[in-house]
Amino acid sequence: MSTALLTDLTIFILSLWVGFEVISKVPATLHTPLMSAANSIHGIVLAGAMLIAVTANNAVGYVIAFVAAAFAAMNVVGGYVVTGRMLKMFKKRPAAPAADSSTNGRSA
Amino acid sequence: MSTFSWITQLLYVVAASGFVLGLHMMNNPATARRGNQVSTGGMVAAIAVTLAIVIHAGAISATGWTVMLAGTLVGSAIGLYYARTVHMTAMPQLVSIFNAVGGGAAALVAIHDYMRLTDAGLHVQTSTTVTTLLDVVIGSVTFSGSIIAAGKLQGLITSAPVSFPGARIVNLLLAVIVLGTGGYLIATPSLLGLLVVIIAALVFGVSMVMPIGGADMPVVISLLNAFTGTAVAMAGFVINNWALIIAGALVGASGGILTKLMADAMNRSIRNIIVGGFGTGDTAVAAVGASGSIQSVTADDAAIQLAYASKVIIVPGYGLAAAQAQHEVAALADLLESRGVDVSYAIHPVAGRMPGHMNVLLAEANVPYPQLKEMDDVNPEFARTDVALVIGANDVTNPAARRAGTAISGMPILDVDQAKSIIVIKRSMGHGYAGIDNELYANPKTSMYFADAKTALTELTAAVKTLVG
Repeated sequence: MSTALLTDLTIFILSLWVGFEVISKVPATLHTPLMSAANSIHGIVLAGAMLIAVTANNAVGYVIAFVAAAFAAMNVVGGYVVTGRMLKMFKKRPAAPAADSSTNGRSA
Repeated sequence: MSTFSWITQLLYVVAASGFVLGLHMMNNPATARRGNQVSTGGMVAAIAVTLAIVIHAGAISATGWTVMLAGTLVGSAIGLYYARTVHMTAMPQLVSIFNAVGGGAAALVAIHDYMRLTDAGLHVQTSTTVTTLLDVVIGSVTFSGSIIAAGKLQGLITSAPVSFPGARIVNLLLAVIVLGTGGYLIATPSLLGLLVVIIAALVFGVSMVMPIGGADMPVVISLLNAFTGTAVAMAGFVINNWALIIAGALVGASGGILTKLMADAMNRSIRNIIVGGFGTGDTAVAAVGASGSIQSVTADDAAIQLAYASKVIIVPGYGLAAAQAQHEVAALADLLESRGVDVSYAIHPVAGRMPGHMNVLLAEANVPYPQLKEMDDVNPEFARTDVALVIGANDVTNPAARRAGTAISGMPILDVDQAKSIIVIKRSMGHGYAGIDNELYANPKTSMYFADAKTALTELTAAVKTLVG
């Protein structure tokens, strides 16, 4: 087993534990935004998709690079925007009517 | 290790810290929004570092640049459009689609890396083959499975469990193909072999989710979320990138916890949901006579009970979201509050189509989050409650769960029957997905208000206004 693999495994397992610790403290009220936030975080795969483009050197490679970049970018941009949109709606007290006009989700 | 690699690795760690800190700040609605911004900052840093690596490597062709930028722009535009326009009721579908594309992208990263190695006739290390296989299998299953899940949630595919004779044998066969081909690939690298694995995994994703019913969706989405995270972490192993490993592990942990919480709240084991697949679609509409006598109530009588109560707990279920009545319930709650009634909402973990869904729907209707109470916090309060108003929730209020020998025995429920009186808004005497009578309805303290949630709430609000306005 190479050192690189051992390092990767160590990082993976410790990150899992950190994840369990941090996420078990999130209240049920926020579980949907939490899942959506986690969703945006796995959009980091965009970094992997970008690196594909470096080594791609034939048509199949370029198609894969394009699709991977598009998928990952959709994931990361959409994820963060929709999470922000949801969290904006969580208020301690109902918003004053003036501030309320900016929320786009409310339908009559 | 060059200075450049040092700096980029350190910046990846900074980005990953942003993800952890961002998730940590989600532990409170007051800081959650800033948490999302911190996480976004981490992501921007990670992408900027990657861009620097791409430029520094200097090997990228003009076509490579075009493909990368075009893909990113197209994907961002689509993501932005859906994120801005999606209705909060459709959030589970959107999360499913994001799971699909995330898993798909993770699989593609490994597929491309494998192509590069085999094309050049390079030796593929066993560890690379194993992580590639894990990434490709999990990523492909997530991709096709999440698309089916989104289709079911959107109503494009029936939300009833779809099963065919011999389905289990097909799944077993697919598993054998994946394991057999995988074993072969460790010894002999072959692109064709990887293609066989991809196809088998894609088919497995479909055959895994098709037999799962609509009511089990919160578990399925959480599980697929965990899968996507794991696939991304595996992609990190393949291309030896720490940011992907850390981020993937965090999402895997998050999805894992939510899967467990949802399965517990539905009294089902994860294995039972995946293998069994008996959860049906939405509440059946057919009227079935329940044992015991049922009392119904008019809008005026219900309004009087509510208006003169000092403490009211509203129990919303999926029926409320299905009827799109979040705004109507919020209007009624506002009116009662303005009369000095203490109003709060009791929210069961599976009240909705994904974890925490009902909270988002109510937050959208401007319900302040301190009024949204979790099951364990609110249960002791029912005994001090004058009126519990149950809207479109069924099994999660059924006291039969406390006895042994029923379909829902052991399921955690809201102790609605402890309230001094109970009003249930429901379209008919139909069953919940467990398919059993709800003993709450026959309770002498309970009165039934048979109507669609939206109509009922509008009538109640009007009645409160006219009677006591």
